[in-house]
Amino acid sequence: MRQVELSLTVNGEPAAVSFAPYKTLLEVLREDLNLTGTKHGCELGECGACAVLVDGEPKLACLVLALDCQGRRVDTVEGLADGPKLHPLQAAFADLGAAQCGYCTPGILMTAKALLEKEPEPSRERIKEAISGNLCRCTGYQQIFEAIEDAAKRMRDEGSR
Amino acid sequence: MKVLGKPRRRVDGRAKVTGQTRFADDIALPRMLHMKLLRSPQPHALIESIDIAKAKAHPGVHLVLTGQDFPVTFGILPVSQDEYPLAPQHVRYVGDPVAAVVARDEQTAAEACDLMEVKYRPLQTISDPVEALQNPEPRIHAYSELGNIHRLQAFEFGDVDEALERADHVFEDLFFYEGNTHLPIEQHASVAAVDGEGKLTLWSSTQVPHYVHRSLARVLQLPASHIRVIATPNGGGFGGKCDVCNHEMVVGKAAILLGRPVKICLNREEVFYMHRGRHPVLMKFRTGVTKDGKLTGMHLQTLIDGGGYGSYGTASTFYTGALQTVTYEVPRYKFEAARVFTNKPPCGPKRGHGTPQPRFGQEVQLDKIAEKLAIDPAELRLNMVAKPNSLTANWLKIGSIGLEQCIRTVVDRSAWKSRFRKLGPGRGLGLACGSYLCGAGLPIYFNKMPQSGVQLLVDRSGQVTAFCGATEIGQGSDDVLAAIIAEVLGIDPFDIRCVTGDTGITPVDLGSYSSRVTVMMGNAAIEASNKVKNLIAQATAEQLEVAPDKLVFANGRVAFDGRSVTFAEAVSFAEEKFGTLGALGSYKPPRAPGRYKGAGVGPSPAYSYTACVVEAEVDPATGWITVPKIWIAHDIGRTINPVLARGQVEGSVYMGLSEALMEEQVFRRLPPKLSRALVHKIPSLLEYKSLTSLDMPEVDTVLIEDPDPNCPFGAKEVGQGPLLPVMPAVANAIYDAVGVRIDELPITPDKVLRALELKAAGKTPRVGPTSFPAVPYPEPVIVPPPWEGGDGNAVKGHERTKLKVSAA
Repeated sequence: MRQVELSLTVNGEPAAVSFAPYKTLLEVLREDLNLTGTKHGCELGECGACAVLVDGEPKLACLVLALDCQGRRVDTVEGLADGPKLHPLQAAFADLGAAQCGYCTPGILMTAKALLEKEPEPSRERIKEAISGNLCRCTGYQQIFEAIEDAAKRMRDEGSR
Repeated sequence: MKVLGKPRRRVDGRAKVTGQTRFADDIALPRMLHMKLLRSPQPHALIESIDIAKAKAHPGVHLVLTGQDFPVTFGILPVSQDEYPLAPQHVRYVGDPVAAVVARDEQTAAEACDLMEVKYRPLQTISDPVEALQNPEPRIHAYSELGNIHRLQAFEFGDVDEALERADHVFEDLFFYEGNTHLPIEQHASVAAVDGEGKLTLWSSTQVPHYVHRSLARVLQLPASHIRVIATPNGGGFGGKCDVCNHEMVVGKAAILLGRPVKICLNREEVFYMHRGRHPVLMKFRTGVTKDGKLTGMHLQTLIDGGGYGSYGTASTFYTGALQTVTYEVPRYKFEAARVFTNKPPCGPKRGHGTPQPRFGQEVQLDKIAEKLAIDPAELRLNMVAKPNSLTANWLKIGSIGLEQCIRTVVDRSAWKSRFRKLGPGRGLGLACGSYLCGAGLPIYFNKMPQSGVQLLVDRSGQVTAFCGATEIGQGSDDVLAAIIAEVLGIDPFDIRCVTGDTGITPVDLGSYSSRVTVMMGNAAIEASNKVKNLIAQATAEQLEVAPDKLVFANGRVAFDGRSVTFAEAVSFAEEKFGTLGALGSYKPPRAPGRYKGAGVGPSPAYSYTACVVEAEVDPATGWITVPKIWIAHDIGRTINPVLARGQVEGSVYMGLSEALMEEQVFRRLPPKLSRALVHKIPSLLEYKSLTSLDMPEVDTVLIEDPDPNCPFGAKEVGQGPLLPVMPAVANAIYDAVGVRIDELPITPDKVLRALELKAAGKTPRVGPTSFPAVPYPEPVIVPPPWEGGDGNAVKGHERTKLKVSAA
């Protein structure tokens, strides 16, 4: 089987990996780098479960050819916490019921992280827009909106200290 | 209460936000191979031959299996063991699996599937219930009751014709509820592996590991003790992972034959074809009412599109009728139902299992009744709410009922009285109610054993480990287990380790379906916890020199009057006195009072109640429907964790609203040059419309606590009941907004526009079914209701041809 080589930065650490050239970033993350925190629900770019950050921008990993990630910075849910300390989004999602089955959660966390980095105080409408590409079948979204708002507040409070 | 009722992070919450929850497809084992299923492109055909030679020879392929490798059938219900893991001869829907390839990777397996040559001899396709009634042949299943009618049921509780004659008004209405699917974001996945002793382990995204365990033993003809099924946390279930699936059987067999781990993960299109979702149901209601708004009797007929296999269908069919009497007082009730086979993916249980369809019909009909009688729809319902601690006409035993308070709550909070029929053109309010089981009274296969068991191990470190077969599908069953044990033992739920959903090491629990987990597992957990608590109390009482019953277990300590020890110290005393500590608890629902054949579907230890008000805006130019706000109150008995309970209510509101406005599992015929096959119209997450974050309205959620004595600390279900009133409340709100009746779901803008055009033309402003076909319902089983001198037995049964259990 033909394999290709790729070097990139994953969650802040350099990674080198070889894999079949047709693989998507999603497949390489899950199957070759064993980072199974990123999920898949369709592999067609429809559900948002596989959202990761590529150079800080939310991308659907199932639509990104892994070979296009040479030298890029990829961030996944595994890199979100600071050691044992949860990211404010993670803490808020866990505390406020924003993760029920937890399957869409990694994608929404990464999408929300990108939002809050650009807009520290987003309106409810902006939050709805930002995660409108992430389907959740469990929560009805209310507790997700509230968790993102709560995390934004936690982050602003931390920033102002 | 120290734990219950307080908002908490769920005990498994941290893993879910760090990506550490291990779903089935996250499992990778050394030497693991990958499997793909080859599925039938024909909706109805006989297999003449399968040539697997090229697939077998494809580089990287390790194994090819066909129907010839699986002589034994399976099925979730004992009365419909009608599926083969791979169809040997007869395919019944597009997507029916016919062969499997195991290869070094998914890609290779998919390539080999394409190399297989299957010759089919097409049979006439039965596409809908009317065709099924008109075409008894060719039969989709030989065991069906009559032609292509899978199942016929008829019951009469009191003379309904007489009750309707006596009524001041009789309302006759037809409704149709389109099928829809669960759409869990996690696609079904399974990994099978054989351990060092040659025994099989299957990790699977299933809601029912116990039933998968039984089916694997049957299909693979292995001792059950050599099979271990581990339910991985489900990435959403909603009933879609309640059935035993073909791929679970096939991957198990492949792992045994190869001696290597094998994984399968369905793709999204396969999940749509796997289905087992909401049955499409055509309904006819004839309901008698007095002029002051009391029901005199109800006659409900249903015609149910079952798809290609039995699945849960026999139970689903009963459920389209059995719970209609639990919400309001229905003095006499007649129920006739028919489920037909069609050449489409099998239908089964989805959130609310069989009850959302008739609930939609009844609640919309009540809205029509209220208008005709000039009674406020909320008052009409308040005047007929079923009574606590009563029996229904069909002999269901109701315990606590918080429905009246639910109705008053949503009426107050939505300012119903000042806004209903007064919001002005294009805006409206609608109200509806519902009720649901807290666990099915009887198990799926007949037995008198417990439906849930819990084992506790406690040691001197203060560590508590809880073992239970219950399955975590996202609803929070582990959190319920930990919370209940923590409440009894006075410790923190986070200090309890939950080991669940593993048939190899946990006591049997039947699974996460029928909203049974909180009540059944919870009662078992209380029994086990109390046994342990008593041992600890006896030993600690000696040390503190008090009577055991004076001790208080709270905040991680065991205390009396200022003197206290830590929980761990107290456990040490008990371990010293009694030896290694542990206890078992189990639960079996109380025996139901109905004695007639068919009385087994409907009984439950308790029923939950919900009321809902929906506000809707309708654009008369486009028919576009906007829902700005929904108020919902749910009678939960007692709240275990308000964070999770609210999530269940709002998740139900979301799913109900999505069903009301857009979700539909529909099929189309390919053009003749492409075989005229009946295929799913929209098997993708993009085209199968569901609500997104942008569409979701504000939800005002209130939990009503009316503890039920049959439930753990009084806690009832919350996972399914809150869905039920949402769909009819939407329909009723649209009527309030623009004066048109859409008597079928989903309510799409085109239907609203069509009704508005009818209204403008002076015709009846209604879109919905206009006729109900002649269905050969049998003579009903006659059972007098409790207040007409009955004893729960039938006074007249109907002859039923002996059902043959075979899939040939």
